[in-house]
Amino acid sequence: MSLTQHLSTPISSSSSAFVAHSNFNSRTKNVSLPAKRFSICKCIAAPQEAQTAYKTTVSRNANMAKLQAGYLFPEISRRRAAHLLKYPDAQVISLGIGDTTEPIPEVITSAMEKRSRALSTLEGYSGYGAEQGEKALRAAIASTFYRNLGIEEDDIFVSDGAKCDLSRLQVVFGADVTIAVQDPSYPVYVDSGVIMGQTGQFQKDDQKFVGIEYMKCTPENGFFPDLSSVSRTDIIFFCSPNNPTGAAATREQLTQLVNFAKDNGSIIVYDSAYAMYASKDLPHSIFEIPGAKEVAIETSSFSKYAGFTGVRLGWTAVPKQLLFSDGFPVAKDFNRIVCTCFNGASNIAQAGGLACLSPEGLKAMHEVIDFYKENTNIIVETFNSLGFNVYGGKNAPYVWVHFPGRSSWDVFSEILEKTHVVTTPGSGFGPAGEGFIRVSAFGHRSNVLEACKRFKQLYK
Amino acid sequence: MLYCQLSSRIRIPYAVSLQPNTTWSTSSNLSNEKSGHCTSVPRNANMEKLRSGYLFPEISRHELEHTQKSPHARLIRLGIGDTTQPIPDIITSAMAEHAHALSTVQGYRGYGAEQGNMALRRAIAETFYRDLGVKGNEIFVSDGAQCDISRLQMLLGSNVSVAVQDPSFPAYIDSSVIVGQAGKFQEETGKYENIVYMKCGHDNNFFPDLSTTSRTDIIFFCSPNNPTGYAASRQQLKQLVEFAKANGSIIIFDSAYSTYISDESPRSIFEIPGAKEVAIEISSFSKFAGFTGVRLGWTVVPEDLTYSNGFPVMKDYDRIVCTCFNGASSVAQAGGLACLSKEGYRALTRVVDYYRGNAEIIVDTFASLGLKVDGGRNAPYVWVRFPGYSSWEIFSEILEKTHIVTVPGRGFGPGGEEYIRVSAFGHRGCILEASRRLKNLYK
Repeated sequence: MSLTQHLSTPISSSSSAFVAHSNFNSRTKNVSLPAKRFSICKCIAAPQEAQTAYKTTVSRNANMAKLQAGYLFPEISRRRAAHLLKYPDAQVISLGIGDTTEPIPEVITSAMEKRSRALSTLEGYSGYGAEQGEKALRAAIASTFYRNLGIEEDDIFVSDGAKCDLSRLQVVFGADVTIAVQDPSYPVYVDSGVIMGQTGQFQKDDQKFVGIEYMKCTPENGFFPDLSSVSRTDIIFFCSPNNPTGAAATREQLTQLVNFAKDNGSIIVYDSAYAMYASKDLPHSIFEIPGAKEVAIETSSFSKYAGFTGVRLGWTAVPKQLLFSDGFPVAKDFNRIVCTCFNGASNIAQAGGLACLSPEGLKAMHEVIDFYKENTNIIVETFNSLGFNVYGGKNAPYVWVHFPGRSSWDVFSEILEKTHVVTTPGSGFGPAGEGFIRVSAFGHRSNVLEACKRFKQLYK
Repeated sequence: MLYCQLSSRIRIPYAVSLQPNTTWSTSSNLSNEKSGHCTSVPRNANMEKLRSGYLFPEISRHELEHTQKSPHARLIRLGIGDTTQPIPDIITSAMAEHAHALSTVQGYRGYGAEQGNMALRRAIAETFYRDLGVKGNEIFVSDGAQCDISRLQMLLGSNVSVAVQDPSFPAYIDSSVIVGQAGKFQEETGKYENIVYMKCGHDNNFFPDLSTTSRTDIIFFCSPNNPTGYAASRQQLKQLVEFAKANGSIIIFDSAYSTYISDESPRSIFEIPGAKEVAIEISSFSKFAGFTGVRLGWTVVPEDLTYSNGFPVMKDYDRIVCTCFNGASSVAQAGGLACLSKEGYRALTRVVDYYRGNAEIIVDTFASLGLKVDGGRNAPYVWVRFPGYSSWEIFSEILEKTHIVTVPGRGFGPGGEEYIRVSAFGHRGCILEASRRLKNLYK
């Protein structure tokens, strides 16, 4: 690939492939237009210069080269930006990236204010915190989310978010493990696997990486994989409630999953970032399933509960009982990674997290979640009324709409072009996402209502 | 009242366990007695290569033992480089205001750009790289240098060769081992077989003899140096850049302590012509702004830095940052911006001067005892030599007899043997007390 070609594939603030956890904010005034930022003009003006430019003799990491250039979000941002150029007066509504929009409740922000100010006092100043997180917060997480499940304070590792934890877990596992992901799934599982060297090349014909086991989740199987046809892998990434499909696994299904992992000696990495959106009768943690502590790790986040997408706080629970094949505790290696490759979540964010888990904070978080859930209902209702097959939306802030026989990118473009609403094409989450559109429910109520009005107009 | 205890919570980095009563066993006798289930997932072989006797858990263990043995001893911690002085008001107010704004409709922000807030990126470029041709878009804001080191290692992958200074900050070696670059540890030499160790000692005035250094893809170089405190001269850094250029290598230049420089030594590798084609620079607000707990740093990846196939390193780094990270906390970034305001920067210079004053006292203390002292002038670390002694012996003796925690040089590599690192972060009162005790011990 020539230098010019490299330069023309933009680096932008939205070059993340990764659907939900991207920086894209519809209210950001300075959406960067990558083409401008990266020296395309330099190349055109001085092609000779580009050819004789100094190169180091360091080989590019072959794993990075396996990643596909046409990512989901840069492409979406590019199209959004192009759309804005074409229609500068359009009121674009972003229901693409799952970015929270509602203010953080005061009980939480005031705790962060307080901690910030304390740092300028002798008594209140603190330097390095424990890499695993502040004791009080770890204890609060354990008692709030894992009470009576046998997950204790010291099993909890506080972090700057699930996305970062996923990569740290991959570093723990290394290149020599095999992974399975749901199809469709949050792109970070696949991409971090590629970066770590766990996969072969990307196959354009089936849109999959060699070496990854893709567990199809479709309406036909109720969005739960047919485990009897899934090959054994070392690691199984499982997200429930699911991004992007919104499907929430039942106790029975998770029991199957845990048994499957147990029989195969696998480790489940269970992503529960949306658990608080699930109804009360559904499992909120993998550790509700007997035997899960010997086969699973659970990762979660304050992002979608507390609007902490920019504040950055999450956690991972690694049970003491989880062992590698030689009996070595996984938590010990995770701790080593956390101490070597990380230096703790911001103390101010942690102060916010603690306030989130106070009775008042929990109440406030539930109110915000309910608000987004109401948005979700509105979106679900809209597409239902238009006669679409609609999935998700009950236990997650994502609505998964089926457009049978159509390319999801085509539908994405059509919706953007005709309604000025940004969504996310399902194929960006994996080949089984083709034919679906993900509509996220984060937004001001008025924007969500307006978007739905436009959908009704378009598809009436 | 001397505030000698940094906090009631003992920080145990590189810790084997956080809770004293969780005992980790390195052997398989921890297999579940109840159900006997081990997964069949093989442990990452690279993790096995890490040494179990790490520097800081070992120090913390000694510290704990010591406080248990001598519960009335007033411990003075000059071990871990943890900042102690409060952050200036102007900065914490900015963070408090930002936190408050997040509770309002107009002020709420969700995800930020993974590369960082553009205003902050520009401010970093303006403050630290003015006239050096480093642009805002070449700066990637992070949650700190330690995290960036690992992200850079993920970027580079397992098939690159690495050189480090000896002694050096342990994260370079450890991250290299974890990613699979280092090969096996050799007990006889105390070195990893595939890492090139560039000795920095008195014989070569703490700058490696590059004429005898083998080529590696990557060269980690920290200046001002942790632990030796040595700041390389312009001439020396020119040599380093030329060396990298001649070898097609990439320098990862750690400038976390640049604000401690008190002479004309270069503060950034990019002060050296040609560096933009061979170097990445990492830095941090930790020691400059007391942000050790707040978490903020940055990495500069120049547009001109390319792999052997011409592919821009920056593009892959951006991909890593977007995939494995989600941006530094917006609150920390608001603080960072205030740090770089005129008033903020001025206020921070006063804090840095305070620590420099501490370093001076420590340097004078050891010098007055006739010991060979290095560092302390351009960095908050003092590097003291005890010829003929094992650094762990000296560490123990000092702890035992003066209740002062230091760091044995051996923990930073075989080149650290015979040395002790004394960090200059602490309340002035503690530093003065430490000085008194040391003079008493070694008079």
